[in-house]
Amino acid sequence: MAANKGPRNATPIKASRQKQERVRRVAGAHSARTSLQDRFRSWRQHHQDSFKDALQRLNAARTSSAMTILVIAIALALPAGLAVLLDNARAITRGWDGNAHLSVFMEMNISEQRQRDLARGWQGLDNISRTEVITREQALAEFKALSGFGDVLEALPDNPLPPLIVVYPDETDPVTLRALENRLAEADGVDLVQLDVEWVRRLHALIELGERLISALTLALAAAVVLVVVNTIRLAIESRREEIVVVKIVGGTDGFVRRPFLYSGFCFGFAGGATAVILVQVALWWLGGPIDELLALYNSEESLTSMAASSLIILPVFSGILGLLGAWLAVGRHLGDIEPNF
Amino acid sequence: MIQFDRVSKRYPNGKDALSKVSFTLPAGQLTFLTGHSGAGKSTLLKLIMMLERPTQGQVLIDNQNLNGFGNRQIPLLRRKIGMVHQNHQLLFDRTVFDNVALPLIIAGYARSDIGKRVRAALDKVGLLDKEKLNPIMLSGGEQQRVGIARAVVNKPPLLLADEPTGNLDPALSEEIMDLFKDFARVGVAVLIATHDLSLIARYNHRLLTLREGRLVHDGDEGGHHGS
Repeated sequence: MAANKGPRNATPIKASRQKQERVRRVAGAHSARTSLQDRFRSWRQHHQDSFKDALQRLNAARTSSAMTILVIAIALALPAGLAVLLDNARAITRGWDGNAHLSVFMEMNISEQRQRDLARGWQGLDNISRTEVITREQALAEFKALSGFGDVLEALPDNPLPPLIVVYPDETDPVTLRALENRLAEADGVDLVQLDVEWVRRLHALIELGERLISALTLALAAAVVLVVVNTIRLAIESRREEIVVVKIVGGTDGFVRRPFLYSGFCFGFAGGATAVILVQVALWWLGGPIDELLALYNSEESLTSMAASSLIILPVFSGILGLLGAWLAVGRHLGDIEPNF
Repeated sequence: MIQFDRVSKRYPNGKDALSKVSFTLPAGQLTFLTGHSGAGKSTLLKLIMMLERPTQGQVLIDNQNLNGFGNRQIPLLRRKIGMVHQNHQLLFDRTVFDNVALPLIIAGYARSDIGKRVRAALDKVGLLDKEKLNPIMLSGGEQQRVGIARAVVNKPPLLLADEPTGNLDPALSEEIMDLFKDFARVGVAVLIATHDLSLIARYNHRLLTLREGRLVHDGDEGGHHGS
């Protein structure tokens, strides 16, 4: 008598054998006697149906769905677009890193031959990829040509410019450069070493700051996407209250009730993410001309690169997962409130 | 099919909706459940559907003690129970066919099977030609019959009806009652909660009467009301 699964035809049925068989079969069809394969098939079928149903509902309420999708798209396009711009900035400065160099000013009385010997000797040292010799005469000529103070220099009795060796490092990380700077400063015949990487480091710091800001922005806007979906699904649950009641009365499991809403949430998220991709691409196309022009003015050969191909997939999927999460939260919070009553 | 063993239900507000109610409903029997509003009819149905749990006592359905059921088993229990409502509880965003098919989809029947079973149920209630219509286009009596088709489409061993003839004229009520009698005849336990004393008087079936949560009468209709 307890909660075990007693024989289903234990109750006396005043009926033909055939009828008994039917009752037994029917009673069994939804419990122990449903084969695993059948259950899996109907489970998969319901997933397909829920997905189709979610798409149809999206389409049926086109205007409000479009609004929700656009809100999600805008929320995601902002950090995604900024991330693309930042990627571009990083790529460009990677090129600029190659120009990092140390200007090694030699003592004034050093001979030109000695200067060349030293430069050649340094080329074999660690972390130095090449050196370039600029003699006092070359420096003077260059200064005259570039500065416009040629006449003033003519008036001076001696060439005031020191001999210079430009050292190009093979590594550009700040620690290596600093160590190289110290080593060169103690070398024979060296007066002063000047490291021209401060601006590169500042730029790197700025880029890092940008990355942090985008991360924070992404988190905040991802939360916004989840909340938008929570609200949308909450309204959907409310508008389908009657259906949920009926489904529960005729024996629908919580999973069965939940599934269409989870698919809806995923669809909202995915469509929002896909729309965000389009928004970003359009914005990049719109900005592409002026940015390339700006880069050309900075003598850069880089041009604006758009989103990585993988992002085209990752963004909608990520957004779909956010939608799923939002739907899950909404369902968990509101589905329990709806119970049949009579 | 249904066994109540000294079942009491007290709601959190302190109201005793049922007090020590015991009865047994065998398969193949049609039984009326009556009593004034607030006598405990709804609570009794809710205990069978596991919309509520008893405070004391045991409810057994199909020899299974519901006290041992966790929340996850409730849907499986409800699939054994066909429920007919006074207000039909039909969904007006889909066809008659889809309304009736819902319990089968939920229970995981194969697609090919569903069509056959839905049409058999609609045929039984005489609405086979209306399967493609929206239930909103049907009359009250027809809507109630769609509700009955949905309740019996997966051939549950137990059929509950809550005021099934509440809004129907006597002729339509009789049609509905004939359907219930047919189901009882093929072995379904049928329990009909109703106020409608004239309906009860017209049929000589077992009658359970509740008054203030107590079962004050259990027997055939004649013993209580006269005729």
